Amino acid sequence: MVEFSLPKNSRLTEGKTFPAAADAKNVKVFEVYRWDPDSGENPRIDHYEIDLEQCGPMVLDAILKIKNEIDPTLTFRRSCREGVCGSCAMNVNGRNTLVCTKAISDYDGVIKIFPLPHMKVIKDLVPDMNHFYAQYASIKPWIETQTPAPADRERLQSREDRAKLDGLYECVLCACCSTSCPSYWWNSERYLGPAVLLQAYRWLTDSRDENTGARLDELEDPFKLYRCHTIMNCTDTCPKGLNPAKAIAGIKQMLVERK
Amino acid sequence: MNEVKRPLSPHLQVYRLPLTGIISITHRMTGVFLSLGIILIVSIFVILSQGEQAYSSLQISLNLFWVQIFLWGFIYALFFHLCHGVRHLIWDAGMGFERDDMNRYAVIELIASVILTGLVFIFFQG
Repeated sequence: MVEFSLPKNSRLTEGKTFPAAADAKNVKVFEVYRWDPDSGENPRIDHYEIDLEQCGPMVLDAILKIKNEIDPTLTFRRSCREGVCGSCAMNVNGRNTLVCTKAISDYDGVIKIFPLPHMKVIKDLVPDMNHFYAQYASIKPWIETQTPAPADRERLQSREDRAKLDGLYECVLCACCSTSCPSYWWNSERYLGPAVLLQAYRWLTDSRDENTGARLDELEDPFKLYRCHTIMNCTDTCPKGLNPAKAIAGIKQMLVERK
Repeated sequence: MNEVKRPLSPHLQVYRLPLTGIISITHRMTGVFLSLGIILIVSIFVILSQGEQAYSSLQISLNLFWVQIFLWGFIYALFFHLCHGVRHLIWDAGMGFERDDMNRYAVIELIASVILTGLVFIFFQG
């Protein structure tokens, strides 16, 4: 449902400030969204001043520095630190990205870090991804076949058919795109969102999958698919340089072509 | 376990819409504006049909500054809505989705809508 303002328990308050050491030379301010489920208080914005001379180059390095040296209560997800696990997706200065592959030097002035937009917050920068993953499971993200597997080899694919998966298989399901999409904000109960639709298209496109018809039947729905209004925030924000908007258009085209 | 009421993370409050996103919401708003504005346009036609007396008093009010602003706003909204509509047609044909095209097309629409409004202005004033 469309709700422009935040619910009462979600409104932001001013938090603490952690000043840099007096001899710090190159200070950058990081404003970070904090919410502690045990406190019963509203979310707050904490200010951390960090000496960039003593910090790695990526936004994730700064967040790790805060946790390791300034405030160990800061909670966030991260794992691979090279953009393949999709854990550290956050909203930085108004745009969703993986903070491990985003350089601090890409931003002028204060860096503002929020959890992925319009999600239920578990703690600090950790959103509840359960619904997103359930939607992913709903499109059956595995190969489905009717014919028996060849006895002497795997199901093979020509180079051309394999090339059709480029730009789709690289998706790491970080949810940057889905949580950048206003349609997904207002209709996430029923609209699948760009990430899951890109994944759906990945299986529709796979030459080895033999369940295309049933997959399309599932998607032909005014909400699941057609809440996409080509706002293009998804393609703009994807930290892997993929194009979910184009994939969604591909699904729409497949639906028209089979009529 | 105690039921925790989780907050909703900020969305519109923090998200910085890209140009395509701004154009998309403007397309919606101009759509609403045009739908409401058409009521006024129709009532102007109704007044026109009431004869000479009504026409001359209509002309006075149409020349009011704020009415002029509304009329030109309506004309611009019409062309903006049209240009973005054409873009939707291009999208529906499966084209114009490339990352590099996104902003280029958006700028083209904006320029086209301004030029079209300008042409109408010249047509009426010239």
